[in-house]
Amino acid sequence: MGATVTTTATNGKTWDGGNEPMGASYGKMMMWFFIVSDALTFSGFLAAYGFSRFKFIETWPIADEVFTHFPFLHGVEAPMYYVALMTFILIFSSVTMVLAVDAGHKLQKTKVAVYMLLTIVGGFIFLGSQAWEWKNFIQGSHGAIETKGGSILQFVNKEGERVALADFAAHLPKERIQKEKNLGVWFESGETVPTYSVEEVVEGFKANPDLLIRSEYLNKDKKKTVLTREQSLERLKEAKLVVEGANLKRNEYGHKLFANFFFFITGFHGFHVFSGVMINILIFFNVILGTYEKRRSYEMVEKVGLYWHFVDLVWVFVFTFFYLV
Amino acid sequence: MGHAHESNTKRIWLVFGLLSVVTIVEVFLGIHKPHSLYMTNLLSMNLLNWIFIILTVVKAYYIMWAFMHLEGEKSNLRWSIVGPLVFLILYLVFILLVEGNYVFDVFKTSHYKWIF
Repeated sequence: MGATVTTTATNGKTWDGGNEPMGASYGKMMMWFFIVSDALTFSGFLAAYGFSRFKFIETWPIADEVFTHFPFLHGVEAPMYYVALMTFILIFSSVTMVLAVDAGHKLQKTKVAVYMLLTIVGGFIFLGSQAWEWKNFIQGSHGAIETKGGSILQFVNKEGERVALADFAAHLPKERIQKEKNLGVWFESGETVPTYSVEEVVEGFKANPDLLIRSEYLNKDKKKTVLTREQSLERLKEAKLVVEGANLKRNEYGHKLFANFFFFITGFHGFHVFSGVMINILIFFNVILGTYEKRRSYEMVEKVGLYWHFVDLVWVFVFTFFYLV
Repeated sequence: MGHAHESNTKRIWLVFGLLSVVTIVEVFLGIHKPHSLYMTNLLSMNLLNWIFIILTVVKAYYIMWAFMHLEGEKSNLRWSIVGPLVFLILYLVFILLVEGNYVFDVFKTSHYKWIF
């Protein structure tokens, strides 16, 4: 017990060691130190996101239109449901964690182990969900055009629904080659060639009089401005690149920084979840081996519990600022 | 470990219920975006966003107080944690958002242009 849980000095000699400031053991206090500093790191990221968003407030993408996928519901617009599910999974794994801590106080080894296992499973499900979310984001849904000035032009029909490039792009008889390492003199790969060339998209657009371009600008109704046909054709003259999905340089949903922040913040959070799961697994094995049973104290479970709840707490904020606000 | 540890299971499930309800409300509002809230403006943000932020803080409170068991800690530990966080985060957010808004105004009203 002495190794991890220091006992409170009860003999009144404050300076003789073994004292616990603020009534928290050393390990717990250090976990709180870490959590506070990490919370400030995350708030720095989220505040930076807020900065960029306020800076480009007129052109920022609408999250509802970006994250619309749900497993097994192809083509159905389901904004938010999936992230809501992810939130539930994480909150629930937080509940099992706190139940494990609770059982630990009562020294119920089996119960602790079971709840820890459930927490780990929850963590893995969350990580898988996040991977799926990233996959959809990277893959994109409709495709768009980037202009010389770097703004994103999306295509919509008369009803204002987005139209995928595949639905209208012309097929021009031109050979485009994906440059790969083995094809060149230099061992460098070219940029990934998109499915359609700019010319094909422009030709296809001209051939379909029903199509319009939707710009990044938000109008008074807080919707993206749809240009008239003439404006659209004019705007399309500046077309430079075909953008499909998202990467760190550009994304088809709108402002470049949106994808950057999304990948960085959810990635950093996902990394925390991953570390949390790994630590939970270590503690789980220690529980099974009876390490804490021998110490007669499950404080280690409490400490990783703090970390795990913190990860949940961060997700609550990420959920709000990326998907809701 | 100094605190009394009678079983908290009931409270845990109660808090879980609360967090779930708040999340459901958030998602509901987020999908429907009621016009009466969405089209308003209070301090550069619409009321709906203020509701989201308040609900998030409510959730954060329950996670920290119930799950991270701050309610059972000594109050000096509790406020050594929460105080600096609240102060520094509000400060940082205030500065960055005001600055972001200012940069937006500069780009919008002066000769600079970020998009062509």
